[in-house]
Amino acid sequence: MRIGLLADLHANREATEACLLALADAGCTQFAFLGDLVGYGADPGWVVDCVREHVAGGAVAVQGNHDAAVDGDLEPAMNEQARVALQWTRDALDADQRRFLRELPLQVVEEDRLYAHANAFAPGRWAYVYNPLAAGQSLKATPQWLTLLGHVHDQAVYYTGATAQAIHFQPVPGATLPLLPSRRWLAIVGSCGQPRDGNPAAACAWLDTQRRQLGFLRVPYDHERAAQKVIAAGLPAVLAQRLLSGR
Amino acid sequence: MPVRLEAGMVLGGFTLIEALHEGGMATLWRVSHPAHAQPLLMKLPRIAYGESVSQVVGFEVERMLLPVLSGPHVPRFIATGDEDDQPWLVMEQVSGHTLRPLLDDAPLAPAQVARLGALAAIALDDLHRQQVVHLDIKPSNLLLHRSGAGQQRIVLIDFGLSRHAQLPDLLAEQFHIPMGTAPYIAPEQVLGLRSDPRSDLFALGVTLYHLATAQRPFGFPGSERGLRRRLYQDPLPPRSLVPAIPRWLQETILRCLEVDPEQRHPNAAQLAFDLQHPEQISLTERAQRTQRAGRLERTRRWWRSLGMEADRLGAGAASAARAPLIMAALDLKQPDPELDVALRDTVQRLVATAPGARLACVTVLRTARVGLDSNIDAEGRNRHVKRLVGLRDWARTLDLPGNRITFHVLESPDIADALIEYARSNAIDHLIMGARGVTGVRRLLGSVSARVVAEAGCTTTVVRARGIDAASDQA
Repeated sequence: MRIGLLADLHANREATEACLLALADAGCTQFAFLGDLVGYGADPGWVVDCVREHVAGGAVAVQGNHDAAVDGDLEPAMNEQARVALQWTRDALDADQRRFLRELPLQVVEEDRLYAHANAFAPGRWAYVYNPLAAGQSLKATPQWLTLLGHVHDQAVYYTGATAQAIHFQPVPGATLPLLPSRRWLAIVGSCGQPRDGNPAAACAWLDTQRRQLGFLRVPYDHERAAQKVIAAGLPAVLAQRLLSGR
Repeated sequence: MPVRLEAGMVLGGFTLIEALHEGGMATLWRVSHPAHAQPLLMKLPRIAYGESVSQVVGFEVERMLLPVLSGPHVPRFIATGDEDDQPWLVMEQVSGHTLRPLLDDAPLAPAQVARLGALAAIALDDLHRQQVVHLDIKPSNLLLHRSGAGQQRIVLIDFGLSRHAQLPDLLAEQFHIPMGTAPYIAPEQVLGLRSDPRSDLFALGVTLYHLATAQRPFGFPGSERGLRRRLYQDPLPPRSLVPAIPRWLQETILRCLEVDPEQRHPNAAQLAFDLQHPEQISLTERAQRTQRAGRLERTRRWWRSLGMEADRLGAGAASAARAPLIMAALDLKQPDPELDVALRDTVQRLVATAPGARLACVTVLRTARVGLDSNIDAEGRNRHVKRLVGLRDWARTLDLPGNRITFHVLESPDIADALIEYARSNAIDHLIMGARGVTGVRRLLGSVSARVVAEAGCTTTVVRARGIDAASDQA
């Protein structure tokens, strides 16, 4: 089975639609949503409904820090635009949508895989896996063969080597990565709704469970329209700018 | 405790038939499977306690790479799995022998060395285009296979030290010592660089040197210091060992063995091209060499090698990919001055953008389908030379140095066949030809360019001279 992996959708309807289409074209018959469905973008209601429908059809979804903050306390570490966007998001969602976000699990285990938003060692405290040391810590915290994460917006792969520190690998979009069964793996699938590596194209990935392969994608979408909607919604202009520049 | 292997055992649906090879790194078994008719080979790494980690990692590398490789120059991947703690990998068993036994017959005839070298370079070109550097090229990893049609090709085996540009490099992360086979390892590999396809050209150069002279150019060093010697000590020129070796072969082998990858052939396709057209190799000082560099020069190189970093040597790896073989096909039978100019303009633009590009100017001399080879009589030779002169004249204003341009008059009853065959067998990257007006006969037979575009297997540009009436020009 091929599972489409989307993380950090951030209420970006255009990016989510484009990724779901591209992943279906790549042969995905199931999906997993790795948190941060909302925050920053102009279409939180649409994205929550879309994920909720997929979950009803058997898809996995986990909670991200932005999802948790909609009905909870704002994180002290959150930046000003994120706070403004969260206030706005709170008002844009109805009670059912907010409950769906509130009740999302922090992590899900399926066969030999762990799905989480931030990490495996303290998923509710949102520490980032942004280097081999943190990746090693996360790999140590789970017995699962494969960990699938979001939170960090750039695509990355880490795997176990001879030492406690994991080894980093920069995946190449479009290339297929065979996952050796003799190693343990951690993949960050990249942000669908707010890429930050200078390329505005949405990021996502797929997992082939039989062949043990990962594929990383970059999907161009109408990011100008998504940015216009951010402006029209009265959200901070800098959030629109990020979508345009991909930074 | 790993499984004890014996004939009749079944692993992952494959039945072990007989052990073929007990190597240091792995065991090879001939196996069978009801769903596969062809002969199969199972590779099992030795994983008993105390075996070195590098063997296991080498097996992991092969297990990762083989499934993503394809084409006629690698064994076909069948399946992989684990039985308890024993991992295994099944691939097609390619018939033939490696070049290893040929070393016993060395020195081989120069023509045979060149032919084997060209076959190996073609195989390497195929591998490099799949983004993989082999990094352990040596006679025992070059398998000479004869296809059903009687054609020979080299199949590359053992990818335990290989590197894929788009996949994790398991070996580099775990080991910080030079990895390779001592006599063959390239200087930049000695310094730890594992990403330059031209490292394989160096190792192939060592192989050809050995086949041509019966000697190893750098001996069989047993220490890292011994390995480093090749950074400053050049090998004895092959002709000083076997005077019968032609200058062009010495030129080619010594070019493969250059310390700086920038000085070698820019890619395997260009090496294959040279070995297939020895008469057109432009000879340099390498061809004339009769002895090693003097003590003074060696000392100078030794000093320089002390501070040599892999980064500097590897700086040009990316440029190697931009060294295309370009083929210009000209019709000299019915010359069309406007079209000739348009063709030359297009070629000029292409070679200007790729400084490593080489141009092969080709024309086809039509021969009778049945009958005597036209080239054996005086008239035939005359026609051949006239075409060659025509090609040179066309290319004159391109002003390319002799080492970047070659000229070829092919003889064939079928122009399209000849061009397609030439493009394919020389791994041409880009073919440029002119469009033609359609005569009555051509209309019946179909156009040459349409067939070449469809069958040449490379990028093909069909050039038109501006101002030709489109309606009468349907080539």
